[in-house]
Amino acid sequence: MHMADALLSPAVGGTMWAASAGLLAYSSSRLKATMDDRRVPLMGVLAAFVFAAQMINFSIPGTGSSGHLGGGLILAVLLGPHAAFLAIASVLSVQALFFADGGLLALGCNIINMGFFSCFVAYPLLYKPLAGPTPSKGRLMLASILAATIGLQFGAFGVVMETVASGISELPFSSFVLLMQPIHLAIGLVEGVVTAMLLVFLHKARPELFGAAQPNAESRPLRPVVIGLALAALVTAGTLSWFASADPDGLEWAMGKVSGKEELAAPEDGIHGSLDALQKRTAFLPDYNFKEPEAAKSDAVASEAKAEAKPAESWPNVSAGTSFAGLIGGFMSLCLAGLVALLLRRRPPVKA
Amino acid sequence: MGLDTALHEIRRLDDLAGQDSPLHRLDARAKVLVTLLYLISMLSLGRYEFSRLLPFAAFPLILAVQGGIPLGLLLRRAALALPFVVFVGIFNPLLDHTVQLTLGPVAITGGMLSFSSIMLRSLLAVTTGLVLLAVTGFDQICRALGRLGMPTALLVQLQFLYRYLFVLADEALRMLHARVQRCARDKRPNLREFRTLLGSLLLRTLDRAGRVHQAMLCRGFDGQMPELRPTSRFGPAEWRFCLIWGLFLIAVRILDLPLYLGGKAGGLVPGVLP
Repeated sequence: MHMADALLSPAVGGTMWAASAGLLAYSSSRLKATMDDRRVPLMGVLAAFVFAAQMINFSIPGTGSSGHLGGGLILAVLLGPHAAFLAIASVLSVQALFFADGGLLALGCNIINMGFFSCFVAYPLLYKPLAGPTPSKGRLMLASILAATIGLQFGAFGVVMETVASGISELPFSSFVLLMQPIHLAIGLVEGVVTAMLLVFLHKARPELFGAAQPNAESRPLRPVVIGLALAALVTAGTLSWFASADPDGLEWAMGKVSGKEELAAPEDGIHGSLDALQKRTAFLPDYNFKEPEAAKSDAVASEAKAEAKPAESWPNVSAGTSFAGLIGGFMSLCLAGLVALLLRRRPPVKA
Repeated sequence: MGLDTALHEIRRLDDLAGQDSPLHRLDARAKVLVTLLYLISMLSLGRYEFSRLLPFAAFPLILAVQGGIPLGLLLRRAALALPFVVFVGIFNPLLDHTVQLTLGPVAITGGMLSFSSIMLRSLLAVTTGLVLLAVTGFDQICRALGRLGMPTALLVQLQFLYRYLFVLADEALRMLHARVQRCARDKRPNLREFRTLLGSLLLRTLDRAGRVHQAMLCRGFDGQMPELRPTSRFGPAEWRFCLIWGLFLIAVRILDLPLYLGGKAGGLVPGVLP
């Protein structure tokens, strides 16, 4: 479920970072306005609870598999959407840093996929209206299962969109969607059942908790703002990443946008020029041509068709020699890096 | 990952972050910023540019050595992160059959190339993140992010989570141990047991939050965690660190170092290259 750095292009990752940073700033300011400082330790400790609960598995009856609590929805119910969003973001940050779940660039994606959809979509639009102010056991069950399932469907769809938009994986949109959505339907059902069970339990054990959480109704007029923000984020993410995937390389696309050229033209004279000349003179295979086939194949299907139509011309410019030189050089630079690291180790080691 | 291994791993990284070396002493902002530049420049390479990813290994490798971080630990962690990446990346070799290069009789397709590049990206991104954590420490990273503009509410939330994570996880572990001892078998709980287990953990959590709040009020909590270490400043050492690594990263991102080296090597031994 966690989106990973390796499948992400910086354009998509950066956009999602920006979107989640905006939402975090918005949630923080909302919290500051309504802060009652009892909530500070409650948020921290509940986030720690979710972190621990995610690692306790139970066996799902009838199947050989196991499930666990995801925690987004229950945090939203207990803390309200803004505080819950911060709490989920904090759990995801700890997981990204300590367990490399996802990764640092993908953190923005994960906060949106797992935090935004459960706190700002599933909770206010599904759970709250369905459960009502004084939910019966059945309504609680229905509301949690629906909200958890649909929230997770959005999250899984987010993973698919981000992966496809990044263009690192070849997996086509349709098959990836067909892989991800049904799996997360099952996961969402489990999540909904577990959340509902815990909420029923809490309603019995601590009814006063829910009485206190209800006067949060003043957050209602902000719903259109939140939805607007979400749509804006999704649209920007969609368009920006579409550009990024149409071009093989997001950074180069950005550079081209800025300078108006595809690649930055290096000055012919000066140090770059002489270095370039030196490289051309000394290099065995000076013209390294890797970019061309890549640009042609940003769309796998199109290239497949092209390859069938003109088999001789689908990869005419790939000289095996240049690519091979690149590989050798790559491993050489890896060894070089290792060597430098080794040399640095020789220095007096500084330890506590 | 089980709860106890997870706790153990967190403590392990905390111990590493508690070491003292010039790298550990650097202001966390410098390390965070260079790491971000690293991720952006590394991940922005095209998906077939496998060989150009390799020089990027220098950053985590050199930092790990300077900071006394065992490489085995990093590699083991990186392996744990692989399954999802493999699950998505494995389709590349199946879908992309265009031949990109030939090594003697073996034809390497674009899919194989991009699959290996995805693996390498994952390895580099994961190890770099862990190295950053192990030479900086969670609290310092959070404070650096706070000084770079992260909202205070989120900063306090992260610090609270980190403090109570150990307490709550220990609590959960004690409950799990007690359960195993009572039912005399180490099996996963079924749904009913799970509900009771998690429910009482949740109740204890809520009680604890109340007690923590009392204690905080007694000690005059003013909305922010007190700083335990003196605030470091962005001095010459930080500028030097940023400058050197920044130049290196920009250089390997823009220039094709591997091709140059490989071309030289091929020139030295005629006949190696086709």
